[in-house]
Amino acid sequence: MPEGDISRRGFFIAVTGIVGGMIGVVLGVPAIAYLLDPAFKPAAKEAWVPIGKLADIQVGKPYPFSFTRVQVNGWERTSTSHGGYVVRKSENPNDLIVFNSRCTHLGCTVNWRQDAQAFICPCHDAKFSEDGVVLGGPPPRPLDRYADFRLTNDGTLEIYYKES
Amino acid sequence: MWKKIYEWLDERAGLKELYKNVLDRPEPKGTWWNTLGSASLFLFILQGVTGIILAVYYTPSPDHAYDSINYIMNGVAFGWLIRGIHHWGATLMVVVVFIHMLRVFVTASYKYPRELTWLVGIGLFLLTLGMGFTGYLLPWNQQSYWATTVGTQIAGSVPFIGDFILKTLRGGPDLSALTLQRFFAAHIWMLPAALAGLIGVHLYLIIKHGESHFPTKDD
Repeated sequence: MPEGDISRRGFFIAVTGIVGGMIGVVLGVPAIAYLLDPAFKPAAKEAWVPIGKLADIQVGKPYPFSFTRVQVNGWERTSTSHGGYVVRKSENPNDLIVFNSRCTHLGCTVNWRQDAQAFICPCHDAKFSEDGVVLGGPPPRPLDRYADFRLTNDGTLEIYYKES
Repeated sequence: MWKKIYEWLDERAGLKELYKNVLDRPEPKGTWWNTLGSASLFLFILQGVTGIILAVYYTPSPDHAYDSINYIMNGVAFGWLIRGIHHWGATLMVVVVFIHMLRVFVTASYKYPRELTWLVGIGLFLLTLGMGFTGYLLPWNQQSYWATTVGTQIAGSVPFIGDFILKTLRGGPDLSALTLQRFFAAHIWMLPAALAGLIGVHLYLIIKHGESHFPTKDD
């Protein structure tokens, strides 16, 4: 057999190896992508959420709002409800505070009471002022705020929601 | 260095001897019909690999089975490919195993001293059908639900012990979560374990006896 020639047997061994390697790559690469797929999916844990028209919110009267976030994990959807109050301090569109209505004590939802001029928690009688400051009861800190908010061109107030 | 490692391993595990006996063994002159056994083995391994990675996302529960497969098909990278290979590979495996069996029958390769290889092969064929039957239910769609309803009813039509067989297959009188769970267990644990074991025996016997000659006019 001249130099460089390949025997029939050697040819079949080589072809088997090459075809086998190709099958391995064609199946192996998608399999790895398939297994690692969840790690490359963006997590929708933050977003701008519209909560109302600024024109509907009166100055000095806390405006309640609520929204629902849907978390999708594979084929499972979990929805969570959130709520809060917008307090406008003046006619200036940016002079406002957006509170989360979750009580900082144990997580019940606080309500604005016009007669008491305070946010009252129904669970343990916690009291917060219009600025969210603790006036009485067990809460360890003032009401939480949605610090990032913006006005869209058509006058809708949006807050930046970030899952904690 | 690789040569040294190979030599070390060979000295202890007998790799060269293994290669010679398993992959480089002498064979009578054959045709493409002789490749069907290897094709069946290849398909078994392919089904095993794709099946194992399908189990990463699949959930065997009536609440989630259909949705999880829907997610594999539409939500996971290459999920459609992995499931597609498993789905079509299953059909192909039944076909290839059956043609393999036909070939052995037609060329009379089941005769002495290969009767045991043939008997084990019958077991392998039935287990392959069992894999097809149990796997068919797992998507938990209308087609698979009613196919299994009818299939288990047929098994239940056996005189005297039919009701016992039906309840054993379904895990109760009706098709339920129990049916799905036991079909899943059979599909990924019991039947593959039995298949792998019998394949080992089948291969050992083939290597021991060598492949048979095709019969000639004189035979």
